[in-house]
Amino acid sequence: MQDMIQLKDIHKSFGAQKVLDGLDLNIEDGQTTVIIGRSGGGKSVLLKHIIGLIRPDSGQVVVDGEDITKLNDKQLNEVRKKFGMLFQEGALFDSMTVGENVSFPLVEHTKMTDEEIRQVVAERLKAVGLTGVEGKMPSELSGGMRKRVALARAIALHPQIVLFDEPTTGLDPVLTEAINQLIIDTQRNLNLTCIVISHDIESIFRVGHKIALLYGGKIIEYGTPEEIRASKNPVLVQFLSGSTEGPIQIM
Amino acid sequence: MKGFLSLIDNLGKAVLRNVEEAGKILLLFFSVLSWAVRPPLKFKNIMKQMEFVGVKSIFVVVLTGTFTGMVMALQGYHGFRMFSAESLVGSTVALGMTRELGPVLTSLMVTARAGSAMAAELGSMRVTEQIDALYVMAANPIQHLIVPRIIAGIAMVPILTVVSDFVGIAGGYFVGVHVLQINEGLFLKNITKLVTLNDIYNGLVKAACFGLILSLVGCYKGFNTRGGAEGVGRATTEAVVLASISILVADYFLTAIMF
Ligand SMILES: Nc1ncnc2c1ncn2[C@@H]1O[C@H](COP(=O)(O)OP(=O)(O)OP(=O)(O)O)[C@@H](O)[C@H]1O
Ligand SMILES: [Mg+2]
Repeated sequence: MQDMIQLKDIHKSFGAQKVLDGLDLNIEDGQTTVIIGRSGGGKSVLLKHIIGLIRPDSGQVVVDGEDITKLNDKQLNEVRKKFGMLFQEGALFDSMTVGENVSFPLVEHTKMTDEEIRQVVAERLKAVGLTGVEGKMPSELSGGMRKRVALARAIALHPQIVLFDEPTTGLDPVLTEAINQLIIDTQRNLNLTCIVISHDIESIFRVGHKIALLYGGKIIEYGTPEEIRASKNPVLVQFLSGSTEGPIQIM
Repeated sequence: MKGFLSLIDNLGKAVLRNVEEAGKILLLFFSVLSWAVRPPLKFKNIMKQMEFVGVKSIFVVVLTGTFTGMVMALQGYHGFRMFSAESLVGSTVALGMTRELGPVLTSLMVTARAGSAMAAELGSMRVTEQIDALYVMAANPIQHLIVPRIIAGIAMVPILTVVSDFVGIAGGYFVGVHVLQINEGLFLKNITKLVTLNDIYNGLVKAACFGLILSLVGCYKGFNTRGGAEGVGRATTEAVVLASISILVADYFLTAIMF
């Protein structure tokens, strides 16, 4: 299988704090890769490297054959049109209504008529289990609703690559299942390349074709769900069992 | 000696910091220029900002303008009465308003109202990753957020200044003619005789420059916010302080050039 995204020897520090320390990861085309790891371990930072929001101190980020760390703003913009991204906190535009938020990428990058846009927006919102919220402001929604609106916005254009930063955190079990199913279906139907960050062990195994464990600034385990389940890596075992005993120190 | 050296050291650092910041604001200005001439302009955003900067500032501008005109008339009256030149009160108020106080007071009020809001809005968009979200959706934040605000600043502050000039002179008229009983004919004649259209135009050019300054500084501070809610608060305060100082300094130089 071909690699859509390759991260090569990425180093990134914020001040004295080393977050990514020689990270290597290949993301396969048309598959869902789940990234797991401890809170504060650098998963969101990793995701932002992939879309060029953060530049590495050293290393390469190759997207579809192009090293995006070397691109200027304009070229980077072209690359970003292939992407959709769900931010961990949603990052909805709070001066716009829900409808305007979801339609934003459509208005920006397509020539659809207002009526077509309205339909697509309603469709995407329905897919995340929301109807009749187009006129509301993000501040009038619950946290879980905001997350789902952000999800609808991320996939509005059906981009080639979608990055999900904790799509199901903060949702009830039924919605979690629905969102997982949505990710699985969209990924399969449109043959997308998805990268999902998740803390939810069940979701990880349901959604992921490949699972990567980020620990100590590196990917220390990578494989199919079966391989991951069978792995004896103590960090992974502790992570999956949620035990406080093991190599992961709380403090 | 050591204390003296560290004083020099700190002074040098402060100068460097300010020069660097001025340079960054100038760079932002250039990229705003390049985006402002590149279609498509975001008309909806521009209209929204114009409403916010202009329409919603009218009340404070009218209030400050009126009272400033009134108090100038009152003060001028006491001065001019000493050599029986009360009839010059009107033209003093009119010149003061059109050349100086109209543009300066208006832009200071707009700084406090809209400049601070620009910094706060962009700042909170920065810390909640909304600006990152724009980048991710291949939309340029300068084009979407900053250009409309700058256009609104440059366009609306002069218009507000016209309002301020008018109500200031009207306030002066009210106090001069109706409260202080200055001869109405002389009062008005001196205004038309001594105030030229150039006074008004130059005042409006100043206003446009101040509108640019306050929106540019507000956007710069907001756009470069770091560090959560606290950072947003800091950016807002800094924007108001820096914009106000810059307006007053720029006022001196513009006056020196124009009059
Ligand atoms: N812009 C930044 N400036 C400075 N430090 C940062 C920045 N972004 C992230 N960090 C630091 O990098 C580390 C990793 O952060 P990151 O958000 O990637 O964690 P995470 O793995 O996504 O955690 P969580 O699961 O809690 O979301 C944190 O210690 C954080 O303090
Ligand atoms: Mg995170």
